[in-house]
Amino acid sequence: MSSDKNNINLKLKVWRQKNSQTEGAFETLDAKNVSPDASFLEMLDAVNEDLIKKDKEPIVFDHDCREGICGSCGFMINGEAHGPQKGTTVCQLHMRHFNDGEELVLEPWRATAFPVIKDLMCDRSALDRIIRAGGYISVNTGNAQDANNIPIPKPDADEAFMSATCIGCGACVASCKNASAALFTSAKITHLALLPQGRVEQDQRALDMVAQMDAEGFGACTTTGACSAACPKEISLINIAKMNREYLRASVLKKEELSGGGDG
Amino acid sequence: MSSVLDSKIPSGSIENKWKDNKFKMKLVNPANKRKHSVIVVGTGLAGASAAASLGELGYKVKAFCIHESPRRAHSVAAQGGINAAKNYQNDGDSIYRLFYDTIKGGDFRAREANVYRLAEASVSIIDQAVAQGVPLAREYGGLLSNRSFGGAQVSRTFYARGQTGQQLLYGAYQAMMRQVDLGSVELNTRREMLDLVVVDGKARGIIVRNLLTGEIESHSADVVVLASGGYSNVFYLSTNAMACAVTAAWRAHKRGSYFANPCYTQIHPTCIPVHGENQSKLTLMSESLRNDGRVWASKIKGDMRKPHEIPDSERDYYLERIYPSFGNLAPRDVASRQAKFRVDEGYGAQGQEAVYLDFRDSINRLGEDKISERYGNLFQMYGKITGENPYKSPMRIFPAPHYTMGGLWVDYNLMSTIPGLFVAGEANFSDHGANRLGASALMQGLADGYFVLPYTVGDYIANTQLKPVKDTDDAFKAGQDSVKNEIQKMLNIKGSRSVESIHKELGRIMWQDCGMSRNKAGLTDAIGKIANLRKTFWNDVKIPGVANEVNTEVEKAGRVADYLELGELMCRDALSREESCGGHFRDEYQVDGEAKRDDDKFCHVAAWEWSGSADKAQTRHVEELKFENIKLATRSYK
Ligand SMILES: Cc1cc2nc3c(=O)[nH]c(=O)nc-3n(C[C@H](O)[C@H](O)[C@H](O)COP(=O)(O)OP(=O)(O)OC[C@H]3O[C@@H](n4cnc5c(N)ncnc54)[C@H](O)[C@@H]3O)c2cc1C
Ligand code: SF4
Ligand code: FES
Repeated sequence: MSSDKNNINLKLKVWRQKNSQTEGAFETLDAKNVSPDASFLEMLDAVNEDLIKKDKEPIVFDHDCREGICGSCGFMINGEAHGPQKGTTVCQLHMRHFNDGEELVLEPWRATAFPVIKDLMCDRSALDRIIRAGGYISVNTGNAQDANNIPIPKPDADEAFMSATCIGCGACVASCKNASAALFTSAKITHLALLPQGRVEQDQRALDMVAQMDAEGFGACTTTGACSAACPKEISLINIAKMNREYLRASVLKKEELSGGGDG
Repeated sequence: MSSVLDSKIPSGSIENKWKDNKFKMKLVNPANKRKHSVIVVGTGLAGASAAASLGELGYKVKAFCIHESPRRAHSVAAQGGINAAKNYQNDGDSIYRLFYDTIKGGDFRAREANVYRLAEASVSIIDQAVAQGVPLAREYGGLLSNRSFGGAQVSRTFYARGQTGQQLLYGAYQAMMRQVDLGSVELNTRREMLDLVVVDGKARGIIVRNLLTGEIESHSADVVVLASGGYSNVFYLSTNAMACAVTAAWRAHKRGSYFANPCYTQIHPTCIPVHGENQSKLTLMSESLRNDGRVWASKIKGDMRKPHEIPDSERDYYLERIYPSFGNLAPRDVASRQAKFRVDEGYGAQGQEAVYLDFRDSINRLGEDKISERYGNLFQMYGKITGENPYKSPMRIFPAPHYTMGGLWVDYNLMSTIPGLFVAGEANFSDHGANRLGASALMQGLADGYFVLPYTVGDYIANTQLKPVKDTDDAFKAGQDSVKNEIQKMLNIKGSRSVESIHKELGRIMWQDCGMSRNKAGLTDAIGKIANLRKTFWNDVKIPGVANEVNTEVEKAGRVADYLELGELMCRDALSREESCGGHFRDEYQVDGEAKRDDDKFCHVAAWEWSGSADKAQTRHVEELKFENIKLATRSYK
């Protein structure tokens, strides 16, 4: 436990927006006597307690696990998604990384596909709809063979796991100048395409998920890498390259299939 | 005290009960399934697996969750692993051994038949998960890898680094999203169930608050499944996520669903210690770390030296000393209690409420790389939170509230005392007795959802006359009115206390008097304090904003109001259970610091019936437990 003398004071410029219909604006708030051991969200909790005492509405933000795994939290701190620390969600960002007297600007994710709900909270359900479009393996409960009947080379399994660790937070979208969801989508496509169980549907999956991504209004990927740099799970850009390959191959196959004519 | 609870355990030998029972169940023909609707509240492991499987079978499923997305359910945070009696290691594991370990681990306070079925289902869960593409850890040969967890002497825990829950949840979530795509599951996110609707004695629907608009909605169905998780947040500080609440279960309790063994709570031995007043939650360091980490405290009272300055001869590896056959893998209740004893005796790490979890020896033996491969994300998390490097100096850990074995009472079919209301996952009380073994909650949630409910829900539907019900019927209107009135009542108080401050105060009372050890005086005192705090809440709480928009304070207030009622029931349950068992440790009933059960008087489940008012004592019912396969014995890990 750190003594109070290490505590810091901060100025926060926080985006306040009543709902999706109204326009928002910045409000300046003080965060006083913040312990360096507190997390960023605990700092905001204290600011909110102050607001409530003064009969004002607390700052609304999404959060739940506070362990960097549920993907609920996320907003911009001084223009950086999840703040300045690499590979870290905002709930795992601790105040020891900030200095006394600093001014911090807090804004929600900005993307057409992520409308703001209130203050720092936005609607990321578009990501669920991308998964719904094909981010799964079609197997019903009760049909599975013994798990060890499908040996998977460890390097493939490890790589699939790395892609599968995406928490769906949306920071990649928020940090991309085109608001592209390529990193998110490619992580799921890659995870499943690396496994023999997932390969059966890999072509259709790539086509469907990419189509949904476009339909949701996410922008195009120009591989600047801002997404991966901001990703709290450090999902690699290689996923995007793999997705592009998957997509291209599937499109070519689809065309061949369509033009194949056949004999009816 | 009365005994009206029929557990509906099928007859026959333990090995055949589930098999025979499944065969005897009535089936719903495929064309009719489409005419039947099932509401699933909660889309964590238990709820998502149930919704996906019921959707696949052809039922019309409506799933609900508080979260923005099902992928955010608290199951996502499970770290260490999931048990299954695969015996891939050929180390003598079997369904029977997993059954035995779980019954013993639960200190002989769980139902044999349920636990045996759980052990049977464990095997299929791993198959199902792998078929879905869940990337469980593998060996170089390409086969699945295992680690060990507490309370077992075999290696049966499957894992995905320190992110097992995340990966299993995504598997179930994806299976459910496939059904959403196919139109058999309708997904309703950011909805909080605030009441259960009972028509003619059967559960027929729910009342929910749309968390985006504040609108109060009615939804009807033939069956309601609750998979809403556990209630550790009654302690305010726990390893559970912020939104974990008893609300769904509690509102069902108030409509007639008995609440079983509320005092059985699990305090996990290895969590990062509290850092200060503003702390909002505690972080678990997975039990899997005890595969390679050694737990110790200084042998010298009040030792203020840094851990590396303490030579081996002055370290007390107390779990290895007291429990030589299980060592660092002693079960959770036992390991937590011993940590508390060390701190109470004055051996805490540098005077703090903490002991050490040390990887020095395994890093020397296996190298930093191997340790990082096994637990990388946990070490990273520890580093981020504490600012210390656990590869260089031992972790400081202390017990924290983590899991709740108690929950809504269910029979063998997972049906509550309200016909048509089924309860799955951590929300029910069924399989873990008085203490849950590590890596068994994921197993139970998925067994319930994938392999039990799809059968038992069908059997109920096939055997029950279900008259048509509409969500505009009077019962739904009445439910809506009562929910709206309660929210308005809270908003109108406009007092001086924030919801958070009252929750914190409740947490302190619970931790102090109904935590790792309990006694008559403390519990009696706590019951009075909680009743007073409840009055404070209803007279002096302050909730800014209005009801018909996003209002996170309204959400929290409803949950804390329920915790203020549950907290009292937990204390009453703990008080009336005059024995120690598993996680329930009464100071008055112990032998040398180990729990002393009283099988003559308490070999039963206590299930509480709501009395109609929070200020009127609830009625305690009992279900006697029979041990026909495993002999009741004193639990020993020495
Ligand atoms: C940090 C941590 C680590 C753990 N590690 C392990 C481990 O390694 N192995 C293991 O076996 N177990 C572990 N556990 C325990 C295990 O994760 C949980 O017991 C299990 O995941 C609970 O699953 P569930 O589906 O019952 O509930 P949850 O996953 O909690 O899901 C609850 C669902 O209900 C919804 N809900 C709740 N209330 C309402 C309401 N009123 N209206 C609508 N929806 C509602 C939520 O939105 C959510 O979708 C761990 C637990 C914690 C806290
Ligand atoms: S790819 Fe990274 S930044 Fe994008 S949603 Fe996944 S975890 Fe978040
Ligand atoms: S709150 Fe769960 S990732 Fe931050």
